[in-house]
Amino acid sequence: MQAYQRMLDPTPNGLHSGESPLLQTLGLSKRYGDFLANDSIDIDIWPKEIHALLGENGAGKSTLVKAIYGLIQPSAGEIRWQGEPIVLSGPSEARSRGIGMVFQHFSLFDNLTVAENVALGLDGKESFKDMSARLEQVSKTYGLPLDPRREVWQLSVGERQRIEIVRALMQDPKFLILDEPTAVLTPQEADQLFIVLERLKAEGRAILYISHKLEEVKRLCDTATILRGGKKVDTCNPRLETAASLARMMVGGEIKEVKAAAGRQTTIPRLVVNDLSLTPDEAHGVRLEHISFELKGGEILGIAGVAGNGQDELFAALSGERLSKDPGTVVIEGIAAGHLSITKRRKLGAAFVPEERLGHGTAPRMRLSENALLTGHAASGMVHRGFIDTAATLKTVDRATETFDVRKAKRDPEAASLSGGNLQKFIVGREILRNPAVLVVSQPTWGVDAGAAAVIRQALLDLATAGAAVLVTSQDLDELAEIADRIAVMFHGHLSEPLATRDATREKLGLLMGGSSLEPKEAAHAVGA
Amino acid sequence: MQLVLEKRAERSNTIALVSPLIAIGLTIVTMTILFAILGKNPLLALQAYFIAPLTDSYSLQEIAVKATPLVMIAIGLSLCYLANVWNIGAEGQFLIGAVAGSWIAVKTQGTDAGAWVLPAMFVLAAAAGALYALIPAICKVKFGASEILTSLMLVYVADLFLDYLVRGPWRDPQGFNFPTTAEFDPVATVPLLIEGGRLHLGSIIALLVVAAAAILLGRTIKGFEIRVVGAAPRAARFGGFNSNQLILLTFAISGALAGLAGIIEVAGPVGHLQPGISPGYGFTAIIVAFLGRLNPIGILIAGLFLALTFIGGEQAQIAMKIPLDVTKVFQGILLFYVLACDSLILYRFKLVFPNRQVARGTG
Repeated sequence: MQAYQRMLDPTPNGLHSGESPLLQTLGLSKRYGDFLANDSIDIDIWPKEIHALLGENGAGKSTLVKAIYGLIQPSAGEIRWQGEPIVLSGPSEARSRGIGMVFQHFSLFDNLTVAENVALGLDGKESFKDMSARLEQVSKTYGLPLDPRREVWQLSVGERQRIEIVRALMQDPKFLILDEPTAVLTPQEADQLFIVLERLKAEGRAILYISHKLEEVKRLCDTATILRGGKKVDTCNPRLETAASLARMMVGGEIKEVKAAAGRQTTIPRLVVNDLSLTPDEAHGVRLEHISFELKGGEILGIAGVAGNGQDELFAALSGERLSKDPGTVVIEGIAAGHLSITKRRKLGAAFVPEERLGHGTAPRMRLSENALLTGHAASGMVHRGFIDTAATLKTVDRATETFDVRKAKRDPEAASLSGGNLQKFIVGREILRNPAVLVVSQPTWGVDAGAAAVIRQALLDLATAGAAVLVTSQDLDELAEIADRIAVMFHGHLSEPLATRDATREKLGLLMGGSSLEPKEAAHAVGA
Repeated sequence: MQLVLEKRAERSNTIALVSPLIAIGLTIVTMTILFAILGKNPLLALQAYFIAPLTDSYSLQEIAVKATPLVMIAIGLSLCYLANVWNIGAEGQFLIGAVAGSWIAVKTQGTDAGAWVLPAMFVLAAAAGALYALIPAICKVKFGASEILTSLMLVYVADLFLDYLVRGPWRDPQGFNFPTTAEFDPVATVPLLIEGGRLHLGSIIALLVVAAAAILLGRTIKGFEIRVVGAAPRAARFGGFNSNQLILLTFAISGALAGLAGIIEVAGPVGHLQPGISPGYGFTAIIVAFLGRLNPIGILIAGLFLALTFIGGEQAQIAMKIPLDVTKVFQGILLFYVLACDSLILYRFKLVFPNRQVARGTG
């Protein structure tokens, strides 16, 4: 094997290892069918460096790191490790060479303990007892507290991420890849993570940090490589750039500013939730606990929170995908609707945009016109006596296309053939064109390119200006700060009192997202009672 | 070099139309080899199978008669399959329909009952087929039982129930102890379309069923509901469609159509109730449904084609002593190829050269 690699090595001997990057890709390309996900990318990563990999969704970041971690084989180009060309047969070879990775989506077994999960990811030569001891020691050394005996389902998302990081660190990697690590963290948790990363850097390790949060990258990273459309745009020092200039490189143009109309008037309450509690219908689902809020016309209420704190359950309860026994828990346009089906709630003037675009918001292998019918059949004049008015469904597609700049190859393609951003514009457009009185939308710009995100946020603002009540659930605090009038936080199935957006600092929201300020609030309740 | 299946961006409509033809072509190639192994002249065998039945009026009528139950059952099955529920027990629903309809024929035998008898037989047969199909559907909705197993097992229940009736209570007293009812009265018999021919009213009913299904699936919200529930269940729930109701509905429709096909077969070409009234129509219809791309017009064509193999099989047996079971082999191979070729609608073959380290088409 090594002889084979030496044979492949075109570089002359005698290169000092200190002069060559720790990891290098040369002309690395990856092709999927007709689609070039990575187009001859050169990247140099040096020891003692935190290197940001920036790019929009679909820019090719994940493909690149998968190739570096041995999960996929590049179609062309080569990877060099400490100056020597390598062909990685798989992640275990990458790990044995000293490359570690922490994925955005965790691969943990909910019903196993922390130590058992870590053991599963290691090439178990040491005894379980030794391993557990080492686990505790590594987690203590790096300030990543973990109880090895707890089962994963009891842990918060931040703690689960710690398991993944500790598991990677136990291999003593020279090079660690982190894929969007702060996406699931509160601002305070993110700060703690940065301290750990700085320390790893000081120890001489290199870190490849994938993100699209520019402020974070400016604060943390020494170097940034920007990808766009599968190609490398530039490598720069992010500290010498502004967030705007980095964004321009990512997007390849200016991003439209979102403008809220001045003097928006709030009117009557259009969506009221009264003491809504629901037990989950899935094994590790979240129980909704006494959720109450009131949303007036002309107002946007943002719901922040780390994923998995009951946002999905709340969406299902508001949309009617889960019914409540007590009709009064959800009141739409003054009518008790907790027991009503999603179709009846739509007829009352409510509209819904779920987080998952393909398979929930749309049927992927059906045409856009059919997907317009999916939510429009109840109240949009698309059905007459049981017969579908095809012209009316096509008209909705055309209007959504025109109003929200949906780009597609033909007039009425399958939903799955659209890019994420264009499909999301269609879905939001489809609902807004029905002139809803209440719009409940979950993660409106998740995985969407910046241009489409701006269009969608503007559309939500315009809808509120026109008098609708809009409820936006998002994990992106910047997005909520941009469009919401008030922000509430979900934690363990509880919803906090909404804060006016101008008072909702990152620190306050971060505390609520971590569940910290619940105690004084409970005290206040006690005083009130 | 490596042959890989690559996902297409969008489903290929061309392949969707061509795929059954490719499957038929591959089946014929396989059959040619099979005939050669059996020591028969493949060309003559294929001629007996596919050409000879098309050359005389009797065989043509017989094809239509055989296609009638196949098409009616397959239309019902296609609704289930589109909704992603798997009714495998159409054979049982066919037999129960035949039994239920025959009950009226047997009870009115020899009386001077009027023209209401045949329509009443149709209605009762359809209702019985629907109820029989609802057993697995309700078990699935209420208890999560696999409808594939329960519907299949109920086939044997229906088969033995029919057997019991014609050997016991309904046996023709003048039938020399053969397990059969007496020949049905003329008012309980499906009228012929051509005097002295074989073609009967059932074929017209089958055509009406095809037209109704085409309208249901293509034009109505109910048809859309069936397709969404099958294609994207979570999106269907978001759309406000109740998948449990739809399971019951599609099973009931397919059971009703199978039951109706059963009584038409008994009161038509057979003329009395006896064991073995179906050469496996309920199972062959599964092939018809898939060969016809779960599309009503496609099913009509596929039904005629499968009927041709039944008639051709009989002719090949008479003319060349090829066993009748070869027809079943043929149908099985055909289903295999149809399902295999369907993957080409969503995927395509591609040759990959992993050793070529040149970045091609950087643009």
